[in-house]
Amino acid sequence: MFKLLTEGTWSLIRTMGIVLGHSFAKRETVNYPEQEVYLPPRFRGRIVLTRDPDGEERCVACNLCAVACPVDCISLQKGEQDDGRWYPEFFRINFSRCIFCGMCEEACPTSAIQLTPDFEMGEYKRQELVYEKEDLLINGPGKDHDYHFYKVAGMAIGGKDKGKAQNEKEPIDVKTLLP
Amino acid sequence: MSWFTPQLTANLWAMTQALIILLGAVLLGAVMTIVERRLLGLWQDRYGPNRVGPFGLLQLIADMIKIFFKEDWIPPFSDRVLFVLAPGIAMASLLLAFIIIPITPGWGVADLHIGLLFFFAMAGINVYAVLFGGWASGNKYALIGAMRASAQTLSYEVFIGLAVMGVVAMTGSFNMRDIVAAQEDVWFVIPQFLGFLTFLIAGIAVTHRHPFDQPEAEQELADGYHVEYSSMKFGMYFIGEYVGMLLVSALIVTLFFGGWHGPWLPPIVWFALKTGAFLMFFVLLRASLPRPRYDRVMSFGWKVCLPLTLINLLVTGAVVLLVPG
Repeated sequence: MFKLLTEGTWSLIRTMGIVLGHSFAKRETVNYPEQEVYLPPRFRGRIVLTRDPDGEERCVACNLCAVACPVDCISLQKGEQDDGRWYPEFFRINFSRCIFCGMCEEACPTSAIQLTPDFEMGEYKRQELVYEKEDLLINGPGKDHDYHFYKVAGMAIGGKDKGKAQNEKEPIDVKTLLP
Repeated sequence: MSWFTPQLTANLWAMTQALIILLGAVLLGAVMTIVERRLLGLWQDRYGPNRVGPFGLLQLIADMIKIFFKEDWIPPFSDRVLFVLAPGIAMASLLLAFIIIPITPGWGVADLHIGLLFFFAMAGINVYAVLFGGWASGNKYALIGAMRASAQTLSYEVFIGLAVMGVVAMTGSFNMRDIVAAQEDVWFVIPQFLGFLTFLIAGIAVTHRHPFDQPEAEQELADGYHVEYSSMKFGMYFIGEYVGMLLVSALIVTLFFGGWHGPWLPPIVWFALKTGAFLMFFVLLRASLPRPRYDRVMSFGWKVCLPLTLINLLVTGAVVLLVPG
C-alpha cells in the first residue's frame, strides 16, 4: 500500500514535470497563411492540362481520364483539327467533386492531364469550382518535359504520315505479303 | 451639518471595493478560459487560440458574443424552475465565497469572524447547483453526473474541512485576516504540509477540475450534469467552474502561502503572483494527469486523504496543546 502510494505519487509528479518541460519545446503547428507549407513534388493538388514541347495541346480527347475518374468529375468532347489532330472541344473538371486521387493522371496516354502541388482553390460560390479548358491549360509541358505524343504515335496527321514517327517502321503493304 | 459624512464615504468605498472584486472575479474567471486554452496549447506543443487580436486576447470577446447569441433551449421534459435556478446558484455561491478573501491589508469585502466556515457553507450550497441541474434536466447522463458530483463533493468536503482545521488550531481563529497575520514569519505550508496537500486535492475535487472531473467526463457521460444546458446557462456553469478554481487558488494562498506576505514587492503583486501560480498549477494538472476511475476517486478520498487529514489534525492538536505559547 505504502509502496504503491509513493510510486504512484512519484509517477504523477514526474509526468507533470515532463509536461511542464514542454513549455520550452518547439511547437508543431504551422501557422499556415503566414507560414509556407512544404508540399512534396508529388503532392496531388489542382489538376492542369499541359502542352507538348511545341506548345500544342497534348490532350487527344481519348476520354480515358473521364472513364478512370471514380467520381465522374471530368467531362469532355472530342473535336478534330484540319490536320487530323484530335483535341477536346471542351474540357471541364468539377473540382467540387474531385477527390484528387490521380487516377486521371495515371490513365492519360499523352501526359496531358497532371496534378500539381497547389491546393489553394477555395471559392465562395460552388459553381466557380467548375474549371473550363482555358482555366486548366498551362503554357508548359509539366512533369514530362520531352514527351510529344504525335511524334511517337503511329497516327497520321498533316505533315507526318504513317511510318514517320520515331522508332516506327514503314507500314507494310499487306497485299505484298500474299503468297 | 454635512450630508457627506465620513461614515457614508466609508460605506461607499466599501461598496465600490466589493463591486470591483466581484467584477474582477467574474472577469478573471472568463479570462481563465482563454488562458487555460493557451497554456494547454503550450504544453501540448501547439498554439491554442491565437488568431483573434494580439496573442488571441480578443478570443474572449468572440466567445462571449457566440455564447450570448446561441439558442437558449429549455428542454420541454425538464423541471423548468430548477433548471433555470441551477446555473445561477452555481455561479452565485462561488462568487459569494469571494467576500472572505483578504486580498491586501486594505482590500477585501467582508471581515467575517467565521470566515472559513462561510466558504464551507458556500461550497455546500454549490452542490445543490449540480444536483438541481442534473435532476431538472430529465436526462440520464445528467442525473448520473449529478449523482457522482454530489457524492464526490460531499465526501471530499468532509476532509476539506478537516484539512484546514490544523491551520485554524494554530491560529486560534476562523478569521481569514487573523490567519494571514499568523503567517508573517512562517507560511503554514511548512508546519501544515499534509493539510496543504489534502486541501489542494479536495479543492480540486470540489471544483470538479481534472483529474476529479468524473461528474462531467466526456467519454462516459457526454458532459454530465450540464449536458442539456445551452447558451448563457451553460456559460454560467462554465464560468462558475473557473471562478471556483480562482477561489480555491486564492484560498490556498491565503491559508497556506501567507496571503499578501512577501518581501520587496507590494502586497497585491504577491497575492496575484501566488494565485496565478496556483491557477497555472491547476491547468498543468489538467494537461498532464489521466482521469482515474470514479470508484477509485471515492476510495482514494476515504482511504487515503481522510486518514492523512486526521493524522495531521491529531499531531497539530497535540503540538498546539503541549507546546506553550
